[in-house]
Amino acid sequence: MTVITKQDVNPTAHLTPEDIEQIGVELDAIRQSVIDDRGESDAKYIRRVIDTQRKLELGSRAVLLFSALPPAWLLGTAGLAVAKILENMEIGHNVMHGQWDWMRDPKIHSTTWEWDNASTAEGWKHSHNEIHHTYTNIVGKDNDLGYGIMRVDEDQRWIPMYLAQPVWNFINACFFEYGIAAYDLELGKNLSMPKEKRSEEFKRRAKNTLRKIRQQATKDYVVHPALSIPTGSFLPTLAANFTANLVRNLWSHSVIMCGHFPEGVETFEKKAIPDNETRGEWYVRQMLGSANISGSKAMHLMTGNLSHQIEHHLFPDLPSNRYAEVAPKVKALFDKYDLNYHEAPLPAQVYSAWHKVVRLSLPNGFLATTTAKNLPQQMKMLYAMTTGDKKTRRVAQLRLEQQARRIERAKAEKQATAAA
Amino acid sequence: MSSFSPLLQSAGRRRTTWSEVRTRLEKVANAAVTPLMPADYLDLFHPLRSGAPLRGRIVELVPETKDAATIVLKPGSDWAGHVPGQYLRIGIDVDGVRQWRAYSLTHGPRADGLISITVKAVPGGKVSNHLVHSCPVGSVVHLEQATGEFVLPETLTSDPAGTKLLFVTAGSGVTPVIGMLRNLFPVADEGVVHLDRSRGLDITVVHVAPTRPDSIFLRDLEALDASGSIRLVARYDDQHGLLDVAELATLVPDLAERTTYACGPGGLLDALDAHHAEAGLDLFTEQFRPALVAVGDGGEVSFTSGASVTADGATTLLDAGESAGVLMPSGCRMGVCFGCVVPLREGSVRDLRNGEITTAVPGETAPEGVPIQTCITAAAGPCHIGY
Repeated sequence: MTVITKQDVNPTAHLTPEDIEQIGVELDAIRQSVIDDRGESDAKYIRRVIDTQRKLELGSRAVLLFSALPPAWLLGTAGLAVAKILENMEIGHNVMHGQWDWMRDPKIHSTTWEWDNASTAEGWKHSHNEIHHTYTNIVGKDNDLGYGIMRVDEDQRWIPMYLAQPVWNFINACFFEYGIAAYDLELGKNLSMPKEKRSEEFKRRAKNTLRKIRQQATKDYVVHPALSIPTGSFLPTLAANFTANLVRNLWSHSVIMCGHFPEGVETFEKKAIPDNETRGEWYVRQMLGSANISGSKAMHLMTGNLSHQIEHHLFPDLPSNRYAEVAPKVKALFDKYDLNYHEAPLPAQVYSAWHKVVRLSLPNGFLATTTAKNLPQQMKMLYAMTTGDKKTRRVAQLRLEQQARRIERAKAEKQATAAA
Repeated sequence: MSSFSPLLQSAGRRRTTWSEVRTRLEKVANAAVTPLMPADYLDLFHPLRSGAPLRGRIVELVPETKDAATIVLKPGSDWAGHVPGQYLRIGIDVDGVRQWRAYSLTHGPRADGLISITVKAVPGGKVSNHLVHSCPVGSVVHLEQATGEFVLPETLTSDPAGTKLLFVTAGSGVTPVIGMLRNLFPVADEGVVHLDRSRGLDITVVHVAPTRPDSIFLRDLEALDASGSIRLVARYDDQHGLLDVAELATLVPDLAERTTYACGPGGLLDALDAHHAEAGLDLFTEQFRPALVAVGDGGEVSFTSGASVTADGATTLLDAGESAGVLMPSGCRMGVCFGCVVPLREGSVRDLRNGEITTAVPGETAPEGVPIQTCITAAAGPCHIGY
């Protein structure tokens, strides 16, 4: 996808400034209706989830003390993976958003919560709540777009390095929690700076993150396996913890990719965002910059209700258990203003997001112009682009785009004749 | 010498072993559950255990009048006990929101270890109505240790001539006094029990209430009166008109010989204060529910946690902070319990009860700030709260 201001038809072109402000008013009203009646049943909900999660984690870890027995390993690993996912997604992420601060319970509060993840709550709240949720999908400002290591937009110039991005993306998915920790610290930017120029703030946060990583690793890879030694289960328990973390990382990476990466989710140009962006304009950006996952209640729970990514981005501080209920109202608003409510089942969204990662790892127009027949020539050209200099790349790129446009036009004409 | 040293060493080692093992076990437990604490898991199974933050389980609700009830609680293992007349702060979730209030303990220390508070549902009162009308019996609430200076002296009856006391109570101001009286005169099935500690006591209670049916603990007071333990002078506004403190000398002829303990609304206490000061009599008071009067300027209220909110001069800093999402400590919300005290780092605040201004100037006032009660103070200009 290219930023909306450079598309042939800007998907917000039909909205007047009054429309945009009215959308803001109507969304504010939806938000207020939830705030007005959130209460005891919501509080019970989050307490029940936390209670269940802790008992599940405790139970799974107890079972894993006997993980030398294969059924115990399977059961304990599955339970631990689910517990870790629940803790990160439905509990940690949402508590740190302040979704439950209204309860005034210091134990379930954004200022006190620390999650089962390599990234510190402090770092996460800064990079996620402040940066990502404020500057959602603005290319160059929202680092969640590709985490600064990937090409996620046609407007980013292609360089050969991006050919490897499907591999990086997969590695990032496997070790996602460490990726997030590094990203929260803006590690790339800070490490490229000479040591003496790095800020005290960075050093402090880096120290905290290293401590957190050490504590997390000690729990999962030292203490728990050591407690399993009496049954001869040291290595199986270690493997179980590794597997549970891996599953949690792959799952949360997939869910997060589905939130903003699928084809059709819009991105925005930094210079097209006014300095004093209105609430209405901010809302519209959130509406178009997010995608939902449709599915069962269990799926919504396991994604931390980020399956309702659109609703979450509109109302990041509303209790997650309410997103499902406001979704129809939000969808009706999309229809009313003729905007695209991006929703699809999990496999479709994961595929779409991965397709985009692969497509953008290649030069613009490459996939569209490649067929089984011309594959050898295309590969030859790609090789030339990869090994050649800037000029070679530019020339090849122009040709690719020309071809892609021609194919596009032919397709459109064919459709028109078919319709006639 | 050399034959002694190994012995000494091993003895020394043995002494430190247990605490070392304990510390090491704690370390392992902490490492095993990080980023949580072992307590977070223990709380799932035993919230009232020793070592846990103080909590209590509501075990019984006893209606007193149509809008008042006594709530009996089983406090957590670390409950340190109380002296009759003291109050405690209780944190309870109403509509999912944690609210803290202060209530007098209405029993002396009980043999069964339970404690009780008596709550009158006040119009619009979130917590009081919840406790009286939809009390969640069986649920766990949060507590703080008992506190309060409104207590009788430790040695009441050392004076051979006996001790003469007067209690003046108005409305729910009777609750701390009931705690004292129940401790002095426990009621068993066969009537009031006379204890050594209450021998020689001569107590008069002047109890004021709007009407007779509205009067909490009236039956208790009447039973004590009938048994001769106290002398009760009950005054109902609808029958006798509002009490004028000048009448006290008539209602209580030996007023001058008595030490007065009074608990009720500010107006009555102010009148008593003036009356007793003029007569040169001893008076101990506890105020319930202040009248908030002053309306100040308001201003920008900022918190060290980062939040900031513009509050008008009639909004308490506590309300302002809570509306801005700050987890403010709070209690009685009426200036009594000091559960809401936080430091004012900079700026001025106004006490809504009397208009008194408190100011903090960095470099001039205390370095850690000036402690203020956020529940009865409002911004009098921009101010910065250390919380």
